[in-house]
Amino acid sequence: MRTSFTGSLIAVISLGALSAAAVSACNKEAPAPAPGAAPAAPAAPADDKGPIKIGILHSLSGTMAISETSLKDVALMTIEEINAAGGVLGRKLEPVVVDPASNWPLFAEKARDLIQNQKVAVTFGCWTSVSRKSVLPVFEELNGLLFYPVQYEGEESSWNVFYTGAAPNQQAIPAVEYLMGKKGGNAKRWVLLGTDYVYPRTTNKILRYFLHSKGVADDDIMEKYTPFGHSDYQTIVGDIKKFATGKRTAVVSTINGDSNVPFYKELGNQGIKATDIPVVAFSVGEEELRGIDTKPLVGQLAAWNYFESIDNPVNKAFIDKWMAYVKKNNLPGGDKRVTNDPMEATYIGIHMWAQAAEQAHSVNVDSVRQAVGYQHFAGPDGFDITMDAENHHLHKPVYIGEVKADGQFHVVWKTDGPIKAEAWSPYIPDDKGKKADWLYPWACGNCTAAKFGTPSGVSAAK
Amino acid sequence: MNSRPNNLGHVNGVRLAHWQRRLLTSVMVAVAATALPALAQAGPLEDSLTEAIDGLGAASDDKINESIGKLGALGDPRAIAALDALCDERLRVGADGHAYVWDSKTRDLRGAVTGQVVNPEPRPLKEVEVSNEIRRVAFPVLAQLKLGSPDAAVRLAAAQELSNGGSAEAPALLRGALARERDSNVREALTLAIARVDLGSADASARLAALEVIGKSGDDDFLSTLQQILGQGADGKPNEPDPRVRVAATRARNAVISHQRVVGFVGDLLHGLSLASVLLFAALGLAVTFGLLGVINMAHGEMLMLGAYATYTVQTAMHGSRFYLLVAIPVAFLSTALVGVLLERTIIRHLYKRPLETLLATWGISLGLIQTVRLIFGAQNVSVANPDWLAGGLQIAHGLVLPWTRIAVVGFVIVVAVAVWFILQRTRFGLEVRAVTQNRAMAACIGIPTKRVDALVFGLGSGIAGLGGVALSQLGNVGPELGQSYIIDSFMVVVLGGVGRLAGAVAAALGLGVVNKLLEPLAGAVLGKIAILVFVILFIQRRPQGMFAIKGRVEA
Repeated sequence: MRTSFTGSLIAVISLGALSAAAVSACNKEAPAPAPGAAPAAPAAPADDKGPIKIGILHSLSGTMAISETSLKDVALMTIEEINAAGGVLGRKLEPVVVDPASNWPLFAEKARDLIQNQKVAVTFGCWTSVSRKSVLPVFEELNGLLFYPVQYEGEESSWNVFYTGAAPNQQAIPAVEYLMGKKGGNAKRWVLLGTDYVYPRTTNKILRYFLHSKGVADDDIMEKYTPFGHSDYQTIVGDIKKFATGKRTAVVSTINGDSNVPFYKELGNQGIKATDIPVVAFSVGEEELRGIDTKPLVGQLAAWNYFESIDNPVNKAFIDKWMAYVKKNNLPGGDKRVTNDPMEATYIGIHMWAQAAEQAHSVNVDSVRQAVGYQHFAGPDGFDITMDAENHHLHKPVYIGEVKADGQFHVVWKTDGPIKAEAWSPYIPDDKGKKADWLYPWACGNCTAAKFGTPSGVSAAK
Repeated sequence: MNSRPNNLGHVNGVRLAHWQRRLLTSVMVAVAATALPALAQAGPLEDSLTEAIDGLGAASDDKINESIGKLGALGDPRAIAALDALCDERLRVGADGHAYVWDSKTRDLRGAVTGQVVNPEPRPLKEVEVSNEIRRVAFPVLAQLKLGSPDAAVRLAAAQELSNGGSAEAPALLRGALARERDSNVREALTLAIARVDLGSADASARLAALEVIGKSGDDDFLSTLQQILGQGADGKPNEPDPRVRVAATRARNAVISHQRVVGFVGDLLHGLSLASVLLFAALGLAVTFGLLGVINMAHGEMLMLGAYATYTVQTAMHGSRFYLLVAIPVAFLSTALVGVLLERTIIRHLYKRPLETLLATWGISLGLIQTVRLIFGAQNVSVANPDWLAGGLQIAHGLVLPWTRIAVVGFVIVVAVAVWFILQRTRFGLEVRAVTQNRAMAACIGIPTKRVDALVFGLGSGIAGLGGVALSQLGNVGPELGQSYIIDSFMVVVLGGVGRLAGAVAAALGLGVVNKLLEPLAGAVLGKIAILVFVILFIQRRPQGMFAIKGRVEA
């Protein structure tokens, strides 16, 4: 049995070597903590002179690594930028990066670790709605503060979360309205296609009610879901083609993650052109297009609140800063890296938090929260972006872009200015009268009556 | 199409085709419209053509649409290059205000009308950004112009565009093209396009004839139009006054519906076949390593992934040359086979006979490989483009297109499966493999180098998985986690088919693929997948040895 013993020994050693190599290289890849941060401050808790710890909770491995890695990178860049300008309250910011590995329960564990053990002042993180739903109870229990940077389905408002991504009325509804109009091709029939989880299902529920309100019958709506990571879209694309005969049809895609590649490839190969059946996507941006051969996608649409191709000085400076950061830290992808909407939302969120901390003269969660509302910041999307004090969402402009062959977007429609988010959709009957209003006398994210009664002169919603 | 003129001088007026007549008319209009005839020395047609083409580079969408309309009215086929370029984002406006066409193949700038290479380039060049709104205007105009093309395939595409696009405001144009057309496919498409126009005709006999054509075509694009003809207006009167036409419309509708039913069924079968080919590719390598060596190789999926990354590397190294895929096939096979042999020699050979430890070790290897690839290529997916000879698809019937990539994968998997069968059944190496599988001790006694056979079999299995990676890179994502999504499917196919049986793997892949695709329209993609898993579990409960069991003495 000696041979088998040495055998397993060798196996263990070589495995160890492999993973050690992976880990050490991993460390090399991960950008060093912000320069200037105190070198390994030996656990200085609540020291008013020491660095302020900032939690960064994004998946760096697993399926969502594709999208979330660049959010971690841009957060580090923003922190570095703030530190270079003197930090917050004269103290440096120190990022604490954790990897929840696209594993939803692990998100909750890591969030607890960040708040309880690391004592972070604020956390920037999450991408999928499942992960946000998973950390929500933790943030509420421990009174933490989360900035969530991704477009989502609404139907939520937490005292502990600021939403810097779009609510449905800042992305999905304008996109559908555009496709209904003459410019978008007068679509009369709708395919609601998504990955099978909470974001697509809720968004499509809102869209169905919205389409009903516009006089679209159920016969003209086809709703379809595929599992995460689905890769065989032959039948679905065939069905879309069949459904599209006779009436002008548009596809609203909430397919998330890398299933988009086989979906768009199948569309192209089955000869569906954007002029015949336009597809508008809510989860496909510049970063996702980097991994796709864009030829068959040209002319397909995406709705966001920011595109890298938007031409204004703030955006140019933002992109230059990002490219310089990528180069300096030698991030993978090099000069092929792009900026996108959730990255912009992360950037704005961190700056707004820093402004609020300065204003509150404290990094205490309760103090900062009161100051975040009404903050404004010159966003790379070309507008002065305000945080709504009432519902804790950003006011955002909406852009609709068509994919170009180079993986960028050509903006074909935009709102005149930023629009206010609706956390609860007015189109869902169950939401009637629900309000997200954190100002006195409501002070509540999900209720139909004000928490502190109705003072004279203020009319409560029924 | 030998009468296609290069310029006006060649029109010798014997039998002018419709568009040529239009051309002449527009020349006259243009002449009349030219206020200063003295300036029109270069030829008024040239002027209005150049002007309209330069208008394609205008800043406002309305102006561009107007210019497209003008080009349609001029009917000059020389506008095709510029319009094509406009739709493909290859149109540029030079510093001199003229429009130029960027040739992405030769990387040259060409004159929009002349097609000559322009040197030096009038920098700075501005790209003309187009939206779908513009494309929707441009496509029918392009199709009209292309109806005069000498290439039958181009004419066919143009006729189909006109028959689908609804922009059949030029019925005379279509009829003229039909009269000139010799190619039967193009004739068919043109006839259909004319039928669409005739459905709205005031003449009942024209409508009857159109319905006849539509019924024969079985084209389901007409279904809703037919329903509307058969329906009733708000006043309770039928939409179609003529009863004969109503009867014909009913007949046409039934023909369309039954045609669609057949096409749908054939489509499901073909899609199932294509899914089966993917499953088989994912499972074939495993059928060799798991089936013959008995190694529960959790790193099998990563071999697929390495094959796909080898394809990507070759594509990058060859700068996206058209034939990179042909080079990628041997490269992927050899590189993954090499990795396989190395793994077998260094780790796996020490773990034979201990399946649980093999499982854990190979799982560890798989994690290591994923992380290694992530460090080299980044966590982001990489883009592997389909070469142009695999783009598009084969139209099998109306509404049923089978992409060339999928057809190629079906063909490729057949070739590989036959090759594996040949190696195992018809070569000396295969004989040794089978001998070692059946009785290792006896094989060693008669002088077969069992260890070398083990390593080579593992290499072969990995190499086949690498080939699978080449195929998968053409259909889906290429990312570090590519293998993870196929590992379950691979094991399912191998276990269902019967461990160690190549024929079993083929039959299982075929069965799973077709059943899945027949279920999907009924139950949806999510439920279909669950149903398949339940079915496989039940089947394995009833028949643990799989569909094809090995008879004879086999080491457990």
